Amino acid sequence: MVKVKVEFLGGLDVVVNKVRVHDINLMVDNATLRDLVNYICNDMITNPNDIEVFIEDESIRPGIITLINDTDWELEGEMEYELEDGDVISFTSTLHGG
Amino acid sequence: MSWAPPTDPVNKKPLKVSQLCEICHCRKAVIKRPKNLQKVCKECFFYVFETEIHNTIVNNNLFQRGEKVAVGASGGKDSTVLCYLMKLLNERYDYGIDIYLLSIDEGIVGYRDDSLATVMRNQKQYGLPLEIFSFRDLYNWTMDEIVAVAGIRNSCTYCGVFRRQALDRGAQKLGINHVVTGHNADDMAETVLMNILRGDVARLEKSTAIVTSSGGSPIKRTKPFKYSYQKEIVLYAHYKKLDYFSTECTYAPEAFRGTARELMKNLEAVRPSCIIDIIRSGENLVLKEKEQRFAKKPATSSSSKPQFVDGNRCERCNYLSSNKICKACMLLEGLEKTRASVTIESDVSSHGAAKTLRNLEKLSF
Repeated sequence: MVKVKVEFLGGLDVVVNKVRVHDINLMVDNATLRDLVNYICNDMITNPNDIEVFIEDESIRPGIITLINDTDWELEGEMEYELEDGDVISFTSTLHGG
Repeated sequence: MSWAPPTDPVNKKPLKVSQLCEICHCRKAVIKRPKNLQKVCKECFFYVFETEIHNTIVNNNLFQRGEKVAVGASGGKDSTVLCYLMKLLNERYDYGIDIYLLSIDEGIVGYRDDSLATVMRNQKQYGLPLEIFSFRDLYNWTMDEIVAVAGIRNSCTYCGVFRRQALDRGAQKLGINHVVTGHNADDMAETVLMNILRGDVARLEKSTAIVTSSGGSPIKRTKPFKYSYQKEIVLYAHYKKLDYFSTECTYAPEAFRGTARELMKNLEAVRPSCIIDIIRSGENLVLKEKEQRFAKKPATSSSSKPQFVDGNRCERCNYLSSNKICKACMLLEGLEKTRASVTIESDVSSHGAAKTLRNLEKLSF
């Protein structure tokens, strides 16, 4: 089990009942970011139509910035990153109006 | 709407050498810059991001000492970072400019009212004077009313034309001749792409200019973020914990721009430098002279046609316009007609379509 904090920023909170910060206990051994993303899609996004706002071709949709402990996920192994207790994962949309 | 800063992460792990910043070589790299794929730490990112914008300002001679400059502020990420940086750079490099915040209230309930609340918080945080001009005061219409009569499909056309003019008029009322806007590299590349896809050759050449102004207009517009990636602007706001507003407009976004944006984002994922590359392509594109392009056209009765000169004024509102009547006044005229029919004949609304058709027949240009 791993305990992480997940944030939906830049207007992305619309897909998760407009709540920006979520504390999540992931009941998976050696959970990776992919497990977290699956959990978000299956258990957090209430409207199935919103999944494509978040996911495209089984990855995070281009235009959404994913940060793992404030570091760009590109530098952390993207979907293969192994989550640790206390990690802060944030998803920030750049697609919403500026 | 309340705003809470993003959470600071607490997990600190031992670092590998390969994770270090490529500029200072002593802190953990947190971002890979889309421009050049360089890995940099937070502090170095702030420094290079700010310095690049300063260089853009200096190389293009954007500001004159003693000038009054209005920042077009919507409360969104781009304009919030722009307000913050203008103040910071003006103090750091002593441009000697007076900065004002200029906001336009289009009258969209549930969107603009919330975003203006953000601008007002920014005004207090940065201690800059703020002026808000509303569509209601300038045109006697709010966007909500316009959408009610003109439909949701055209909302961006009306909003765009009116807001562009409203910014100019607002600045003029404040005695300011210079408006800076938060248009970033992504916006610009998107516009270049749209103009290419539409074959809009006339706009294509102008679309990458950092300084724009209609001939004879006292108001110039500049875009200091012309070379700044959206991604870096958002990350800058995130790391600096700037308070910005990020809700999508209530009305449908312009479909074509939305598709162009999606295309850009997908291209960026494959090749991050493509955004700057598209801007460079746009900048270096030189079109053939107009006379040459139209040389083969038979000569028309050009003497009877009014000459369209840059610097013409609209006959109704005296705003700069290449035509006799400016685009905003044309749109307003159309709106007023609908408003009249709606109020008088509201009881026979079932004949709306026929009525509109009759109105359309009466239209003349």
